[in-house]
Amino acid sequence: MTTLTKTEDAPAPTGPESFLSVRDLKVQFSTEDGIVKAVDGLSFDVERGKTLGIVGESGSGKSVTNLTILGLHSPRSTTVEGEIVLDGKELVTASERELERLRGNKMAMIFQDPLTALSPFYTVGRQLSEPYMKHTGASKKEARDRAVQMLEKVGIPQPKMRFDDYPHQFSGGMRQRAMIAMALMCDPDLLIADEPTTALDVTVQAQILDLLKDLQQEFGSAIIFITHDLGVISTMADDLLVMYAGRAIERGSVREVMREPRHPYTWGLLSSMPRLDSDVDEALTPIPGSPPSLLNPPTGCPFHPRCAFRDEVPGTLCTDTRPSLGDGRAAACHLTAEQKQTIFIDKIQPRLR
Amino acid sequence: MGRYVVRRLLQMIPVFIGATLLIFLMVNVMGDPIAGLCGERQCDPATAAQLKRDFGLDKPVWQQYVTYMGNVFTGDFGTAFNGQPVTELMASAFPVTIRLTIVAILFEVIVGIALGVVTGLRRGSPVDTGVLLLTLVVISVPTFVTGLLLQLLLGVKWGWIKPSVSPDATFGELIVPGLVLASVSLAYVTRLTRTSIAENKRSDYVRTAVAKGLPRHRVVTRHLLRNSLIPVVTFIGTDIGALMGGAIVTERIFNIHGVGYQLYQGILRQNTQTVVGFVTVLVIVFLVANLLVDLLYAVLDPRIRYV
Repeated sequence: MTTLTKTEDAPAPTGPESFLSVRDLKVQFSTEDGIVKAVDGLSFDVERGKTLGIVGESGSGKSVTNLTILGLHSPRSTTVEGEIVLDGKELVTASERELERLRGNKMAMIFQDPLTALSPFYTVGRQLSEPYMKHTGASKKEARDRAVQMLEKVGIPQPKMRFDDYPHQFSGGMRQRAMIAMALMCDPDLLIADEPTTALDVTVQAQILDLLKDLQQEFGSAIIFITHDLGVISTMADDLLVMYAGRAIERGSVREVMREPRHPYTWGLLSSMPRLDSDVDEALTPIPGSPPSLLNPPTGCPFHPRCAFRDEVPGTLCTDTRPSLGDGRAAACHLTAEQKQTIFIDKIQPRLR
Repeated sequence: MGRYVVRRLLQMIPVFIGATLLIFLMVNVMGDPIAGLCGERQCDPATAAQLKRDFGLDKPVWQQYVTYMGNVFTGDFGTAFNGQPVTELMASAFPVTIRLTIVAILFEVIVGIALGVVTGLRRGSPVDTGVLLLTLVVISVPTFVTGLLLQLLLGVKWGWIKPSVSPDATFGELIVPGLVLASVSLAYVTRLTRTSIAENKRSDYVRTAVAKGLPRHRVVTRHLLRNSLIPVVTFIGTDIGALMGGAIVTERIFNIHGVGYQLYQGILRQNTQTVVGFVTVLVIVFLVANLLVDLLYAVLDPRIRYV
């Protein structure tokens, strides 16, 4: 099991079994309009062989967090605080040289849009070979063999011939497979998948998800899976982190969070999912309002302007105090456990099932 | 690819005819070529009429054009004012201008692209602002000012170079004239490269290259520069023709006996043969340079395929 036992306020020492641990991560961009707090005090752990799912709306800081882990943020306009420890190595303060050695080798990323993420000017095979040759010092021939092998593994037919094709000669699904193959070239211990299936149709999506699961079993890598698709996450992840306005607001195992969500935002996310068996005329129930501006996030709980259950909390607690995320299975909300239980059973559960 | 080249070559024919016809007509308006032949003195009317008949100038313009083009295709470009065949003038002028153009293009490619990459990667830095200002100055100051200034300072005052180029016009002598000729285009190449680099620097595939763990210099040279060069290649390609024909000012300043110098002399002496002949060759150079640029696209960008 992944240990998700750390609070934002008091970072505790990392457990021995957690492979990647992020502690109180803060990422801020300085823009012309002011400072954007893209990630504000985020902590989580991922264990080898396990998958952590991160869900949240656009702009909730999912992608920024993971780009920061790889050190892909632009150093000039971004400030990063907190710590990211990968297998005992601190990454926030690491030099560009050290990061270069880790990127594509120990940690790799699968990007969202494979058409723009692959260079249009080089053959797929060459782009696959590049990191392998760099990290392992392999010859061109060895890299070619390895790339063909990986292309075959991700299910690209006739990999020997496709090796010399350009990305624009691949279909969308094949490009995403090539992207995955590229990320897996050096057997990374940590694989970050940033909405890898968003651009694909459902049948291809299912194939890609199966592929990722198989590869994880084979290589035992830790996976961070970013998505806003709750259906996808429930089949992929072991643990789940729900993000809102740059903060984690709920965490637990996928089963726990999907069955018994404890945060009003998670309730909203789950209720807004259309159901196959519902009446066609039945309106969807979206979360009212829109995500807050990270330039000027709301005081207290960032979700309070959109929260339907604010009245249940006495006084101005919601607007004044930021709720903390407790240990382990937890949600950052001022509602008491009993209140959550009753609201969930009375109002939310009927909508979900 | 082969079919594309053939098609493009065929397309050149109407462009070539149109361009030469225009030049022919314009030169015809320039004035009486016979008057030029007589030099400073007034021509004797009888001699003038005799010469006109001899040269076929009493015939309608279209007939003159057809005769001229017919001669051009047999390699006869006519004779210049001093009785020298135009082809002989070309043989002496073009090698000089080609050398000058090569020097200028080298400056554009090496200095222009290097400055563009440096400024594009460090947008907003003092280096960037400085170079941008400098390019603005170079673009806004006319070539004859920079040319004369450099000639005065380097050639006359400090004596680093000879103020004028010898008839041999070796590469060594052409460095400063080449720089003057290239200066404006060099500034444009810098700006083009800078914008292109700055734009592509943020693209997804560059981020992927970084995420693969490639070192910075590899990301820049292999992945970033490749895409950013396409607009620059276009500019430099079309600039080849402009540099060869547009060297009139530079060649005058440094007394280089190249194409620009001959054209200038031809216009001054109202010598139609020289002007039309040289311009015809320049049109061909322009067309071929453009074709080469288009073919180079396919080399740079595999998504472009010519059928």
